[in-house]
Amino acid sequence: MQSELIQKLSTDLHEPLSKHEALVESDRCYFCHDAPCVTACPTGIDIPLFIRQINTDNPHGSAKTIFDENIFGGMCARVCPTETLCEQVCVRNTSEERPVKIGELQRYATDTLMQTGNQPYKRAADTNMRVAVVGAGPAGLSCAHRLALKGHSVTVFEALPKPGGLNEYGIAAYKTVDDFAQREVDYILSIGGIEVLHDQALGEHFTLASLKSDYSAVFIATGLGNVNDIGMNVSELKQVENAVDFIARLRQTQNKNELSVGRRVVVIGGGMTAIDAAVQSRLLGAEDVSVVYRRSQGDMNASQYEQELAQTNGVLIKTQLQPKRIVSEAGVVQGVEFEYTQLKDNALSGTGETIIMPCDSVLIAIGQSLAEQVLQNALTLESNRIKVDEHQRSSDDQIWAGGDCASNGEDLTVAAVQAGKLAAESIHQTLSR
Amino acid sequence: MVDLKSNFLGIESPNPFWLASAPPTDKETNVVRAFEAGWGGVVWKTLGEDPHIVNVNGPRYGAIYSSDRKLIGLNNIELITDRPLQTNLDEIKRVKRDWPDRAMVVSLMVPCEESNWKNIVRQVEDTGADGLELNFGCPHGMSERGMGAAVGQVPEYIEMVTAWCKQYSSLPVIVKLTPNITDIRLPARAAHNAGADAVSLINTISSIISVNLDTMSPEPSIDGWGSHGGYCGPAVKPIAMNMVAEIARDTATSNLPISAIGGITTWRDAAEFMSLGAQNVQVCTAAMTYGFKIIDELTSGLSGWMESAGYNKLDEFIGRATPNVKDWQNLNLNYIAKAKINQDLCISCGRCHVVCEDTSHQAITSTVNGSRRFEVIDEECVGCNLCVSVCPVDNCITMEQQSSGIDARTGKPINPNYENWTTHPNNPSSSS
Repeated sequence: MQSELIQKLSTDLHEPLSKHEALVESDRCYFCHDAPCVTACPTGIDIPLFIRQINTDNPHGSAKTIFDENIFGGMCARVCPTETLCEQVCVRNTSEERPVKIGELQRYATDTLMQTGNQPYKRAADTNMRVAVVGAGPAGLSCAHRLALKGHSVTVFEALPKPGGLNEYGIAAYKTVDDFAQREVDYILSIGGIEVLHDQALGEHFTLASLKSDYSAVFIATGLGNVNDIGMNVSELKQVENAVDFIARLRQTQNKNELSVGRRVVVIGGGMTAIDAAVQSRLLGAEDVSVVYRRSQGDMNASQYEQELAQTNGVLIKTQLQPKRIVSEAGVVQGVEFEYTQLKDNALSGTGETIIMPCDSVLIAIGQSLAEQVLQNALTLESNRIKVDEHQRSSDDQIWAGGDCASNGEDLTVAAVQAGKLAAESIHQTLSR
Repeated sequence: MVDLKSNFLGIESPNPFWLASAPPTDKETNVVRAFEAGWGGVVWKTLGEDPHIVNVNGPRYGAIYSSDRKLIGLNNIELITDRPLQTNLDEIKRVKRDWPDRAMVVSLMVPCEESNWKNIVRQVEDTGADGLELNFGCPHGMSERGMGAAVGQVPEYIEMVTAWCKQYSSLPVIVKLTPNITDIRLPARAAHNAGADAVSLINTISSIISVNLDTMSPEPSIDGWGSHGGYCGPAVKPIAMNMVAEIARDTATSNLPISAIGGITTWRDAAEFMSLGAQNVQVCTAAMTYGFKIIDELTSGLSGWMESAGYNKLDEFIGRATPNVKDWQNLNLNYIAKAKINQDLCISCGRCHVVCEDTSHQAITSTVNGSRRFEVIDEECVGCNLCVSVCPVDNCITMEQQSSGIDARTGKPINPNYENWTTHPNNPSSSS
């Protein structure tokens, strides 16, 4: 049983579409005028065109259409909550409540081209301009690729030993099997002109000031480095772990059999990370896994599709419960005490009634926040993120920011890719003056 | 009570569905399977003279498909039967003896000499077959040898050979026409003049179905080369229907019975051909795509429709649409129709808008009051029906006749009287 589940961990949740399936599915696209799916896509991919290219047996042209707007089209095909983006507005919903499988088609096209190893792009002539990018996640590498395309030389500073950001460290294993995150990064970097330096953390190995003096422009895409404090003293308990750390550990462990997981797991939180951590725990053999969220199920940040996926995998979703304390004995977790909540005058408050959910492992997934200390007060913040304009430019006109660390970040891979792309265009325009 | 019994030239069959002369009717085994399945009759695969012809030993067929590999059109480079004449004659005799209630017509193709035709029609007569079909249609291979379409394209040859067959055989003679000709009425008239009992059409259309872009060989590819073949299947139905109607409404041939062939796949196809004047239909590609069992759908569908439409016998609807096929110049120019979009059914794909905007009359909105909405602009709509043709939703856009009031496009009152081009003031040869 154990090995079967671990097998599932490294197996695609959905089998990729075969060529025939892709031809049939792509034929369902109506090639809408001013298509709603394009408007709904944060990167504005010309979806009807790429689907038509699949249908005419031109998957490489299709992939280029995707990459033109979203160089992480491969990963986004796997992790985008399409049910709340492109597929939600597909006109097929109106006629038959079954949208075109845009995400799966996008994967078909991008996989087909990536398997050739060929980039559809050639760099423009060298501009002799140097740009620094901080963070090798989706926003940073999207920006780096677009800048390199335009002939600029890019140095990417990455704090962790591997590139990819949350694609590598923060997404459930079953969404990105066969080391896809690294293969995708290699593919993106193959355009040339991008140097990635690892174990280089902002504020530790370099500062914004040093980047500004060494580079023509700087793009900050650090993501959110701090994990939100749950307000309970949990640090001394071994069986309490941040969900992002749990996922990173799981992703980075080669032999999944070496991973330990609790028998009864409580995940606190209501976002994608909570769901990922819960489903992964189940797949690693945990018997009882609950996701516990303080508001209603409809308020959860995780999409309905993700919630259903968790439930299908035997995860229990409990709501209107806020954590009070971890129950432990001799440094060993015994359970979590929750207080029931209610919404009164639009404010969430405890009812006073509590319940103890027995468990031997707790995963905390209540969100992350900007590690603002590394910015050393150099930039204006907004809602605890770096304030940017519609071109992703920060309060310092030599510095741009994008992805989760920026004020318009949406905690979505596809939104981060778009921010990196927009920043690159703005940087290029500025440097070309 | 609906009765599908068919009587074509005195040849009776339990239903009007015959298998056309083609691979499905090449052998006793196949034909018996067809009769067991319920087919009304067959036209046996074309017989020729010994030594029998040979076929290529590589692919004979090529196809075009929908995305789901639904076969839309089929192309073949197969020739007439490649078995000895006597083998076929023996089998025909045996099958007809065993299945007396089914139609057994034999297709023939021999060189254009009187003695050759005289010889073969007599041999066929000995089998007890019900009729002859003269294959003047096959467009590939045999036509290079002066047979098939090479005859069908020259009305004088049709007349000559038909006359021989009528002279030397007492069996009904059906002349099978090629569509690879400019005006189908001329070969039909020639057949009629020579005393043919009926025509059947269409044979296949000369075609190259595809080119392999790796090898640069036309397909089907025989060792890197290809040859044009004959095109058939659902894609050719509109061409065949027009040709059937042309013959049915031609005063010279309006009494000439027609057996319709060309892409008939469903009961509806058959009903449409028969409404245009065909007395029965012949099917091939549909059987070659799905097998003989489709006869169950064809018969049940046709009788179901006849029952709901109040027809008891085939004769009651055969030719009912023929008088409604007119020359363009006779169409009523005072008939005004405009598109109407049912907003409850509209899924907002916007295809009607973009095709009207890009390629037609700029008569459909894309936004109304700032919202995505597709509405017909009566002032611009000429009623062309393109939007209806491209709309993916059944009945979402309809053409509505405007029978009174002012035509918003022209600003002129609707004229209730029938008027056509022959009397239109813009017609230089107008008679008014």
